[in-house]
Amino acid sequence: MRASLMITCLADVLFPEVGEAVVVLLRRLGVTVEFPEGQTCCGLPLFNSGFHRAAAGVASRTVEVFRGAEHIVVPSGSCAWMVRKEYASLLEHHGGPAAEARTLAARTFELSQFLTQVLGLREVDSPFRGRVTYHDSCHLLRGLGEARAPRQLLQGVGGVDLVELPGADECCGFGGSFSVRLPDVSTAILERKLARVEATGADCLVACDSGCLMQMGGGLSRRRSRVRPLHLAQVLAGGAP
Amino acid sequence: MTDGGSAPDVLATPFAERARRALGDPFLQEALSIATTKFIGLRREAFADFPAGDALRDRARAIKEATLQKLDTYLEALADNVERRGGHVHWATTGAEAREIVLRLCRDRGVRMAVKSKSMASEEIDLNEALEHAGVAPVETDLGEYIIQLAREKPSHIIAPAIHKTKGQVAELFSRELGQALEADPEVLTAVARRVLRARFLEADMGITGANFAVADTGTVVLVTNEGNGRMVTSLPRIHVAVMGIEKVVPSMTDLIVFLAILARSATGQKLSSYTTLVRGPRRPGELEGPEEFHLVLMDNGRSAQIAGKLREALYCLRCGACLNVCPVYRQIGGHAYGHTYPGPIGILLTAMLKGERAVKHLAHASSLCGACQEVCPVRIDIPRMLVDLREGLDRDRVAPWAERAAFGALARLLCSPALFRLAVRVGRITQRPFVRDGRLGRLPVPGAVWTRTRDLPPVAARTFTERWKDLA
Repeated sequence: MRASLMITCLADVLFPEVGEAVVVLLRRLGVTVEFPEGQTCCGLPLFNSGFHRAAAGVASRTVEVFRGAEHIVVPSGSCAWMVRKEYASLLEHHGGPAAEARTLAARTFELSQFLTQVLGLREVDSPFRGRVTYHDSCHLLRGLGEARAPRQLLQGVGGVDLVELPGADECCGFGGSFSVRLPDVSTAILERKLARVEATGADCLVACDSGCLMQMGGGLSRRRSRVRPLHLAQVLAGGAP
Repeated sequence: MTDGGSAPDVLATPFAERARRALGDPFLQEALSIATTKFIGLRREAFADFPAGDALRDRARAIKEATLQKLDTYLEALADNVERRGGHVHWATTGAEAREIVLRLCRDRGVRMAVKSKSMASEEIDLNEALEHAGVAPVETDLGEYIIQLAREKPSHIIAPAIHKTKGQVAELFSRELGQALEADPEVLTAVARRVLRARFLEADMGITGANFAVADTGTVVLVTNEGNGRMVTSLPRIHVAVMGIEKVVPSMTDLIVFLAILARSATGQKLSSYTTLVRGPRRPGELEGPEEFHLVLMDNGRSAQIAGKLREALYCLRCGACLNVCPVYRQIGGHAYGHTYPGPIGILLTAMLKGERAVKHLAHASSLCGACQEVCPVRIDIPRMLVDLREGLDRDRVAPWAERAAFGALARLLCSPALFRLAVRVGRITQRPFVRDGRLGRLPVPGAVWTRTRDLPPVAARTFTERWKDLA
């Protein structure tokens, strides 16, 4: 089985260890990992802010970059959602390769969905040990309708003690440019989230989206919390830094 | 359309500043947090106990879609049936016309006092202010609206207008306005309001209501309430005027039942509200009660223009308020910060509908697009999609600030060129150097400060994943 990693802009530049964890994990599962050259970003930041023509330009490039890929694996719910749910209509409206975008959408998977749906993974062979809680990223949960896969995978790790986070399905306050357009509101939403995270007594806060991890990790770091933000891939690969 | 909205001094301050003030108001924070959490739980339980709920929501959405296709036909049928029962129908293209129709009725019939049941349509056209100006005393009789009227404020929630007030604040307000010391006990306060309002029901010449629905093939106006005041407003005064947005019409009683089954569950978690009032015109010969005259004002005010517009789905809205309760932004800042009649995620869309897209150039961004609103909407309105569409329009029509368009234009060029992207990473790595402490960016200068004032930021990695791939391959 071949899988092409769509690294996403945030993971590439800010969280490269997440990409490494994905590679380690997929190889351990017997997947041949490819990394098509010339990747930048899926265009979601432009799309959500209303710059659709520009987003369509970026989307066209992404379609081109992943042309030959068998499966595309994305360690981010929002970017996977963008490719799967928005690319085709966006490119249709702006005269891009819409038909090709549709086939790309069908081959593109958010990481936890790829692991459970395509690989059928249940038990996870990971040396990770710890008490973790899980935050549902909005786009993975409501955009792609996925609440089960990440929890199932976490429970499939022998050393993981998963505690449910009250209000796990509530937004962390990131929302892309929202986090800097209305920083005070964004932070107030974040504070509410982190108070609940800390109350679980978990050592690690797991999510499947670099945006949420940047927001929640930034808040945890600022309050010098003992809770570590981790991407799902880092728990499953077990090589968390 | 420029009708409605809040006092000008509220609109004068930018949205972000109003939001900041709301965040710093401990009473607002306490009241909002308690009330929205309660509403969310009640709604969740109501639908958990109601397996047919999902299918009924789909059905309700389909009815709304189909009704809008032939809105004119249904409105004419509604008008015919209301008139057949002796009611009068008035058509208002604008909010100003709707207001003038009510004022003219007051003038012609010597109305001095009007009791009102809760109506967002009347808020939309600032009817109370217009009545006062014309020498007619409007008296709100819904408890929440009564509180707001005494406080000289506007509703901050579609179904719970005084949601932003704690019971302590209400006790203080009542004590001051009604001239007696009252304790912060909801039962005591309600009893006082009830006593005051009883007298008004009997004094008033006119009862003014909105309409949750109007059934076309029977000519029935439907009011969904919880306090019983709606019944007195529609039956005690000699004139009843109902002001409704034209999108509230439903074809038949069978359709109505579908909506009733999901409306209260979405709003308050009730199976049905305490009172579902069905009004069919004035008192008829031989009947013992009811008004002598019934008037129905059918108000467009920007709605019909959206039947084929980008905000079409906003016309499905039942005004249940569920999207406000779950919205992370609304839950932090409350309704007044939005600065318009309709707050919350749906309020942004309704404001754009009533006042034009430029009116929401800031509000269109007052959402993290988390999708919680769409998830709870009884008719599954795709609110996030329409917010993004509004943002798209602001960019295309060059309403978005120049600096923003320039910044996103630069970002687009960067994202279309791997070489530029790599260059930007290198520049970031160098410029961040003086600001990295303990492996994090804690204090960046402007514009990074917008983030780092409250949150840390991970530094640009010494080696990006793209650079590390060579070693992994």
